[in-house]
Amino acid sequence: MSEASTLPRYTYDDLPRLMALMTGDEKHDLAAESTLDVLWVLYDRVLRINPAQADAEPRDRFYLSKGHGPMAFYAILTANGFIDASELPRYGQFDSVLGQHPDRNLLCGAEISSGSLGHGLPIAVGSALGLRAMGLTDDRVFVLTGDGELDEGSGHEAIAFAGRAGLEALHCVVVDNSSATYGWPGGIEARFATEGWSTVRVSGRDHHALEAAFTAPHPGRPHAVVAVV
Amino acid sequence: MRERFVRVATELLDTDPRVAILLADISADAFDAAKSRHPDRVVNLGIREQLLISAASGMALAGMRPIAHTFASFLVERPFEQIKLDLNHQGAGAVLVSSGASFDYSSSGRTHQSPGDVALLGTLPGWTVHVPGHADEAERMLRAAAVGNGLVYLRLSALANATPLAVRRLGFMVLRRGTLATIVAVGPLADAVIDATAGMDVTVLYAPTIRPFDHETLRATLTTPVVVLVEPYLAGTSVAAVADALADLPHRVLGLGVARDELRHYGTPAEHQAAHGLDPASLRAQITGFLGADLVSGRLRMSAR
Repeated sequence: MSEASTLPRYTYDDLPRLMALMTGDEKHDLAAESTLDVLWVLYDRVLRINPAQADAEPRDRFYLSKGHGPMAFYAILTANGFIDASELPRYGQFDSVLGQHPDRNLLCGAEISSGSLGHGLPIAVGSALGLRAMGLTDDRVFVLTGDGELDEGSGHEAIAFAGRAGLEALHCVVVDNSSATYGWPGGIEARFATEGWSTVRVSGRDHHALEAAFTAPHPGRPHAVVAVV
Repeated sequence: MRERFVRVATELLDTDPRVAILLADISADAFDAAKSRHPDRVVNLGIREQLLISAASGMALAGMRPIAHTFASFLVERPFEQIKLDLNHQGAGAVLVSSGASFDYSSSGRTHQSPGDVALLGTLPGWTVHVPGHADEAERMLRAAAVGNGLVYLRLSALANATPLAVRRLGFMVLRRGTLATIVAVGPLADAVIDATAGMDVTVLYAPTIRPFDHETLRATLTTPVVVLVEPYLAGTSVAAVADALADLPHRVLGLGVARDELRHYGTPAEHQAAHGLDPASLRAQITGFLGADLVSGRLRMSAR
């Protein structure tokens, strides 16, 4: 049993208070807030990830590619027993495990380190390939990216390959807050659909719709959920 | 060396279920037979070198031992941030196997030449960098890398020594002992260095693995603290490593290798080797010039025996 497994859990209504422990007030950074509901639904209703049995199979993997503005992520990890709430006020300090971009080698619960944009989805492609090669067909990979992050060409290497390779284990959540400087004509989901992905566009604030989108069947194809905020 | 890589990697796929081969079109045809037997562990990503490195990271995070391969220029230089972040920063291991080296593709021009790969990897911690001088050495290095979990770069080249030199150990190997200086010959330049230093009273060390740098053998065999590095990639790449090894000694060091300036010529690898001053005659002239008066008196001493 890991130490984290004994930590208290928190509810959705506790999240503003948890985030305030990092920011010093309850006016949150917009970049952090855009992911809050998506992350809550993933951890509360979708992901099979347990801090007490981190390596138990089958399990899912969550890769936060959009590592900028991680306060919502840290609040969600706290609510799910990965982080002790007493660590939150030390956000960004020299010897804290909670940096302005997450480091998987410091923080239990962060499955990748992120910050530089355009890395999480390509890494997730590799993990989906690895799970398939090892016969772990019940394990899933979820990666969270942003519409602005997809400006990076590396994401499109991953989108094109994953679609053609039929990586069913791969799920890409695009939090679309219209931050891409030149936008995505036809919607960012069109870039996934043309490469063979299953796609759905939902409100990034509607918990029921998000859960339905995350759990929709997509046999033989990777799945992209565009969550609009 | 590339043919040996394909043969040994194919065998490793057959025997070790952790091993996966990731490709970016280069050499993909050579792995067709392996792919037919292991369709999920031989993955050609197309011409996508950023994905090549990132996917290797993701595979390692999932518990596999990925071997990623393409030309050196596209394996190290092009996706360098992916190496820095998706391998080093994540703490994910991988084996990167390049071909082409500094000027194997001499007639292809600058785009297909990678003299800076070892220097770039030298900015990152934890890499084992192999520069084999013979296919037998490359085979042994690949087999050792496949069973590990760390970060390994295997730099294959069409340039090779006539016979394998390093049989057992990874560190530097003494080819010749002398008193006036130590010449460190890296990988496929060993034969040229042996020719170049014929009759000189110098120690010649053979370095088929250049990172980690074998401080111990350099120190243990050192007579005079004068060192010449002969590296088949960017000149001076390991000068700082020598300076670290000899930090407590007044010493001199010369770094020979591929010039930083672009060589805007096509032609053969041999022509490029000579243009960079790495053929035996050019090496002899540069080493003689660097050793200067010491070598002259050494020659006198040798001739007086």
